Amino acid sequence: MEITLNWYLSLSAVLFTIGVLGVLFRSNAIVILMSVELMLNAVNLTLIALAQSMGDTSGQILVFFVMSVAAAEAAIGLAIVIAIFRNKLTVDINEINLFKY
Amino acid sequence: MLPQLLFFFLAIVAIAAALGMLLARNPVTSALWLVLNLFCIAGLYMSLNAPFIGVIQILVYAGAIMVLFLFVIMLLNLAVLPRFKDFDWKRVAAFVLGMAVLAQLVYILAMGLGALPEPVAVEESVVSGTATEIAVALFTRYALTFEIIGVLLLVATIGAVMLAKRRFV
Repeated sequence: MEITLNWYLSLSAVLFTIGVLGVLFRSNAIVILMSVELMLNAVNLTLIALAQSMGDTSGQILVFFVMSVAAAEAAIGLAIVIAIFRNKLTVDINEINLFKY
Repeated sequence: MLPQLLFFFLAIVAIAAALGMLLARNPVTSALWLVLNLFCIAGLYMSLNAPFIGVIQILVYAGAIMVLFLFVIMLLNLAVLPRFKDFDWKRVAAFVLGMAVLAQLVYILAMGLGALPEPVAVEESVVSGTATEIAVALFTRYALTFEIIGVLLLVATIGAVMLAKRRFV
């Protein structure tokens, strides 16, 4: 059996869905950031699989840039989590509802 | 037969690790599951003729970003979260929404397959992922984007230091 593009795209879809479920299910802000990283990785896998399928380097360059943005996003997100923890002593998003009402 | 076995092994471990991250109650356990998942995806990159991106994945993601996560978890000294409640409408809604996303993705996948161009032969695409190829593209065609990414990382570093500084808020 040949491993075609469909298999990689399906795996990517499943990983992306697990990331979405992680964002929706969990109430820990740090685990939510980790789920976002998982979703970014699923998209990166799609880009790499399509780049290989089409014989084009551009997809891999785009993955490189996505990784840079993910690093920046993780740094800023975790800094925000630290700043919130300093004020409220929790990272549970159900407790952090300053803007909710 | 070997590439197929490799793909299925890496795919199953990646999905299991992602589920482990989703279900683990301790944030540290979640982070370690995610590291395993990132390693599996790096292996898939290697098998897709992208060795440079695979190495960068291990260095940047499993190395730098996950160490940052573990460091913050350690810094905050989080307690293990309380057990899930037996039944919660929010969780049911979240599950339904997640399945809706999956259904959408599968629908797009099934609809779009006919529109994909024919795959290039492996022999032609085998050179596309080496560090030389990536570097040539990065410093010629994508040079401006590369510079902008540099500025973005600088701004993110300054912002993270400002946000995490004591007595900022």
